[in-house]
Amino acid sequence: MMRIPLAAMIGLFFTALYFLGAIFAGWIAPYGMAEIVGDSWEPWSATHLLGTDSIGRDLLSRMIFGGQTTIFVAAAATVLSFTLGSSLGFLAAVRGGWVDQLLSRGVDLVMSIPSLISALVVLSVMPVTLPILILVMGLLDATRVFRLSRAVAVDITVMDYVEAARLRGERQLWIIFREILPNALSPLIAEMGLRFIFMVLFISTLSFLGLGIQPPLADWGGIVKENKEGIVYGIPAALIPAFAIATLAISVNLVADWVLTRTTSLKGGRGG
Amino acid sequence: MVHPVIKLVAQRLALGLLLLLAASVLIFVGTQILPGDVAQSILGQSATPESLANLRAELGLNDPPVTRYFNWLLAAMQGDLGTALTNGQDIAQAMGKRLGNTLFLAATAAVIAVPLAILLGLIAVRYQGRWPDKVISTVTLATVSVPEFLLGYILVYLLSVKLRLFPSLATIYDTMSLGEKLYAISMPTLVLVLVVLGHMMRMTRAAILNVMQSAYVETAELKGLRPFTIIARHAFPNAIAPVVNVVMLNLAYLVVGVVVVEVVFVYPGMGQYLVDHVSKRDVPVVQACGLVFAAVYIGLNILADVISILANPRLRHPK
Repeated sequence: MMRIPLAAMIGLFFTALYFLGAIFAGWIAPYGMAEIVGDSWEPWSATHLLGTDSIGRDLLSRMIFGGQTTIFVAAAATVLSFTLGSSLGFLAAVRGGWVDQLLSRGVDLVMSIPSLISALVVLSVMPVTLPILILVMGLLDATRVFRLSRAVAVDITVMDYVEAARLRGERQLWIIFREILPNALSPLIAEMGLRFIFMVLFISTLSFLGLGIQPPLADWGGIVKENKEGIVYGIPAALIPAFAIATLAISVNLVADWVLTRTTSLKGGRGG
Repeated sequence: MVHPVIKLVAQRLALGLLLLLAASVLIFVGTQILPGDVAQSILGQSATPESLANLRAELGLNDPPVTRYFNWLLAAMQGDLGTALTNGQDIAQAMGKRLGNTLFLAATAAVIAVPLAILLGLIAVRYQGRWPDKVISTVTLATVSVPEFLLGYILVYLLSVKLRLFPSLATIYDTMSLGEKLYAISMPTLVLVLVVLGHMMRMTRAAILNVMQSAYVETAELKGLRPFTIIARHAFPNAIAPVVNVVMLNLAYLVVGVVVVEVVFVYPGMGQYLVDHVSKRDVPVVQACGLVFAAVYIGLNILADVISILANPRLRHPK
């Protein structure tokens, strides 16, 4: 029976809470996303638990729907970056030679420009829509995943069992999916948590700059942008997303940490 | 025979130039040869064919892409970054002062953050696993878990609105004295310091802890030296190369953090210039800003490489 440490339990609990909130946003949210239900910046009350925003929409509902958008975009971009980054990384490690050189130097080049700057450059000519945002974020982040999965896979390709599979005459795809992938999975899953958080921060930053998710769709970065004027008058509406992002980031980190330590201890001996 | 260090440094510099050249290609490709047409996406779907043709001619879109790239690159190397589409101003001129402002902000933050991060890293290692280490680690974990712009607003809420200590907007003019300027940028500086401090301190701590496992540190311990002397005299000099790398990586990170922080505090720097013109779809300005940011970023990374080469005594004094 596996024991889950307390920190990881807390992390799992809050991560699950956020994801459930995102999936069932339509049922949980007390009001509609763009429904104007009161005056601007009403204080916290029984009818509006977190008060209202700059134009009188219920802030709790905006936060729930915003979480849905933020988490959906971040998750989609993470899936894209992992699928692309790890397949190319494994391919580079298995094939070696010019394929490896070409991919690795290409990744070096993309990483030589900060990803926020690259994203801004590309978004200056592309229409800012959800699929484009996911694509841009996923592609830029795939470079980081590529580096990690290539490094992990290079260590695995020199193992005896990979050699044995090669001598058996297995095809390259078989080696990638049946020999390397199962052995590289745990560090990749831990990394996936960190990349997901990075994506949440990335999309929030873009939305805050006005170049991410466009109104009337809500998202956490956008909520800050819409309510930032209130801060000068002492209205903390813009700070609520800070709390949401920070707790989500910390809980996912706790889970990722646990996955990583659990798998490093596995190396000593399974079932121990 | 050329000293091996000079050869290595020269190689690094050449590699940096090559990388910058390749990055310029990437920035150019990113804005020009995307599906569709730049002129179309600037003017939108409702544009008339005449205005599209005019804009295409103005942007030189009728030339082949390779010609356009070399025209752009050659002009940029002579300091001519073109003119902005939105107001027809010379980009290099508009950028000059803003670049100065941005570097002023980033440098102030770096001057505070670097020594502080290294000191905190040393303290965390000295009291590893005990409360000073835990307090430092928890606080820095909290600051790196929140994006820059939110950290900015939290600090504005606490320090500017509730306590009225610092100005919530960082407006600076030429006529201000240095002291006034420093006071004006106190909030953005604080945010930048907190953001990089977390990363830098954690990486410094890891780098020194790594060195602490070496045999000579154990020897020093067995000699009976005080823990802080061991760290400062034996561990730290050997951790310089990784620590310098950490510092440089974070300074490069600072360059990006500046973009967001400038928008939060309405600071007249490069970041705000870039973001403004991305939403206006002013391609020449975005390209120029992208190039400058990439140059600074690559430059700092190369500098980190060079310093860690120079910090390695085995390379400095070859057999």
